[in-house]
Amino acid sequence: MLKRLSTLAATLVVAAGTAYAEPVAGGRANVVIQPEPPSLMLGLVQNGPTQMVAGNIYESLLRYSPDLEPEPQLAKSWEISEDGLTYTFHLYDNVKWHDGEPFSAADVVFSADVFLRETHARLRQSLNYVESITAPDDNTVVFKLKEPFGPFIGIFEGGTMPIVPKHIYEGTDYKANPANNTPIGTGPFKFVEWVKGSHILLKKNEDYYIDGLPYLDEIYWHVIPDAASRSVAYETGVVDILPGGSVENFDVSRLVEMENSCVTDKGWEFIGPLSWMWLNNREGPTADKRFRQAIMYAMDREFAKDALWNGLGKVAQSPVSSATRFFTDDVQKYDYNPEKARELLAEMNYDGTPVRLLPLPYGETWQRWAEAIKQNLEEVGISVEIVATDVAGWNQKISEWDYDLAFTYLYQYGDPALGVSRTYVSSNIAKGSPWNNVEGYENEKVDEIFAKAATAVTKEERQKLYTEVQQILTEDVPVAWLLELGFPTIYRCNVKDLVTTAIGINDGFRDAYIEK
Amino acid sequence: MLRFIAMRLVKAVIILIAIVTLNFFLIHAAPGDPAAVMAGEAGAADELFLQQLREQFGLDKPLLTQLGLYLSGVLQLDLGFSYRQQMPVADLILDRLPATLLLTSTAFVISLVLGTLAGVLASARVGKWSDTVISTVALLFYATPLYWAALMAVLVFSVQLNWLPGFGYETVGGNYEGFDRVLDIGQHLILPATTLGLFFMAVYMRMTRASMLEVSTLDFVKTARAKGLKPGLIQRRHVFRNALLPVVTLAGLQAGQLVGGAVLTETVFAWPGIGRLMFEALAQRDYNVLLGVFFVSAAMVLLFNLITDILYRVVDPRIRAS
Repeated sequence: MLKRLSTLAATLVVAAGTAYAEPVAGGRANVVIQPEPPSLMLGLVQNGPTQMVAGNIYESLLRYSPDLEPEPQLAKSWEISEDGLTYTFHLYDNVKWHDGEPFSAADVVFSADVFLRETHARLRQSLNYVESITAPDDNTVVFKLKEPFGPFIGIFEGGTMPIVPKHIYEGTDYKANPANNTPIGTGPFKFVEWVKGSHILLKKNEDYYIDGLPYLDEIYWHVIPDAASRSVAYETGVVDILPGGSVENFDVSRLVEMENSCVTDKGWEFIGPLSWMWLNNREGPTADKRFRQAIMYAMDREFAKDALWNGLGKVAQSPVSSATRFFTDDVQKYDYNPEKARELLAEMNYDGTPVRLLPLPYGETWQRWAEAIKQNLEEVGISVEIVATDVAGWNQKISEWDYDLAFTYLYQYGDPALGVSRTYVSSNIAKGSPWNNVEGYENEKVDEIFAKAATAVTKEERQKLYTEVQQILTEDVPVAWLLELGFPTIYRCNVKDLVTTAIGINDGFRDAYIEK
Repeated sequence: MLRFIAMRLVKAVIILIAIVTLNFFLIHAAPGDPAAVMAGEAGAADELFLQQLREQFGLDKPLLTQLGLYLSGVLQLDLGFSYRQQMPVADLILDRLPATLLLTSTAFVISLVLGTLAGVLASARVGKWSDTVISTVALLFYATPLYWAALMAVLVFSVQLNWLPGFGYETVGGNYEGFDRVLDIGQHLILPATTLGLFFMAVYMRMTRASMLEVSTLDFVKTARAKGLKPGLIQRRHVFRNALLPVVTLAGLQAGQLVGGAVLTETVFAWPGIGRLMFEALAQRDYNVLLGVFFVSAAMVLLFNLITDILYRVVDPRIRAS
């Protein structure tokens, strides 16, 4: 295993350090998409597979570099007023929709102020800070805020604010619009064909507004439902690109060791997937802070990273991913220390009451991880019973707080106000959703800091507040943080510039090319 | 005969309504909320969004109202709308039907023809080495888990030998037309259809062999021998025909399952059929798709049971007379 891991690490370094030749036009990318997207209308459906395909059809105003700095997409430049209340975007003036109609600022106003307010739950929460969205001319859009909102410049990413064509959707029933089956965007690739259960075909947008882009002629997305078959598809040359999470982790080393095979764990910085175990703070032994801290000490997270995740990713230090803004490691640390865990359990007089553990029903890796945690916890005297569910059953159990320990991972979207606070603020405690504060943690101080930090104007002020809240949370351990997940994207080494932004191949095919 | 068919059709409709009702309650009794699954896929959800989804798909109505709406739709041959895929269920099923029918009917033919032939052969050489070989292979096919056999088939014939494509319905991006396309689909069909056919091939073989041996001991066969008929003729005309009844029964049962697809085979071989549609719908709690697939499958089982009963009458004059 060590040899394999060192090979994988070496391959990562080689992939990162390769000097590329001049990009060449032409060629086809064969990519796995799993699971099959329910729809390609990114304004209506924003799940991972939809964004992975449709992120090449639809665009937003900005893209983000791996360090989360905004870069131009439909907006070529932008200004933010000093008081943090006015955001002005200047759009490219030569953009056309895939059906030939001209794109303008009116499309942006319609998308953000009308369409997405109705259809996009995640964006809606950020748009609550917006007082008005206007288009003073065809190429300028102005967002005026009611009060400063720190992460606002981070919401103009393709999956967060996809711009949809006003001329097709205005005045229609969005969900029933027949155009949903033949999506029209402004992106570098046009939708051509979707054979359900088989493949999706996108072709180069010859009228793309940036000269020379994209390089590829077409992208075939292959729908292959079985993880083992997806590995075989790569081995036999049917596909050339396996996006992160396509294959089981135990297959990764083998595939990476193949000739002309490269791997990268980049491209997840914006999403920042952080895994943890929900701990039910309301009842049972998990209601006691010492028990929760004992769990943190009992888990050998380095082992899980190396054995189950091929050494990719990082052990989580805090509720904020290290890729997300305002992360700090100036917090209480929980290195693997079973002795300390036993002491804490003895101090609280833990009577051996068994706890139920729900693995995440997302495949073999997660099942094995649950078994590893069970073993860790049993070594310090905590009795664990693993409860098997499918995805829908898991959702229901978490939503109804019917668990003691439960695996999950959530996205952070680059900023604690977008993807972190929702898990810890007490106003977010409500049955019926598995993505709010389902652990039942309540701390007025934490509520207050998160509220202040979201609307603070300066970065320094926000950093100070987020550092403080990370310190409180790591002391209280409302959930048991596991890993900042590293999903490896595996691809043929002659595919270049595939992952260049913080959302990786979700918008990566604009710049990708195949070296001859 | 017509009266018989009419009576059976009336019974079939009643049974079908009962099946739809039962399925409806069973599916809704399973834990899980389709709105929560869909909201989860979007990466975030608030109560308003969940409520919107529930209202949009009628999930906020009382269960009996939902059942009433569904049944009235089914009676008008409207199988409803898929929550997740945002398409009419009938369209989704019709999209997948050709691939499933091609796979399952090919597997059906392979298993029926090869299994019956092997059974006849084994019964004719009972106790000899060829009988032992056929029976052992059949036992192996019978006992091998389909999922394992499928993966091994891909590993050997696709990865190692590179003889056949390992998955898909046709070469994606191959753009084949005419006979070339037929050939391409045929190549893709060999592994999944053979794998899927293995189990039933073994069952047909064992059933045909046992039935042939049983019939060959009956008095009318002895009479035929006493008349001096040739052994081959006795086997074909007297033994085989009479031994066919259990095989026809089994074929009827298998044929009824043709439309239901084959979840494991379609999943391993990435075959875009109804089995996969059903499995994915189950995971997503896409109630209407599940109910639609169950409805079509149940209808097919009833139809093929009816055809089996009619075939009985053709094959066996005693049933016709009774």
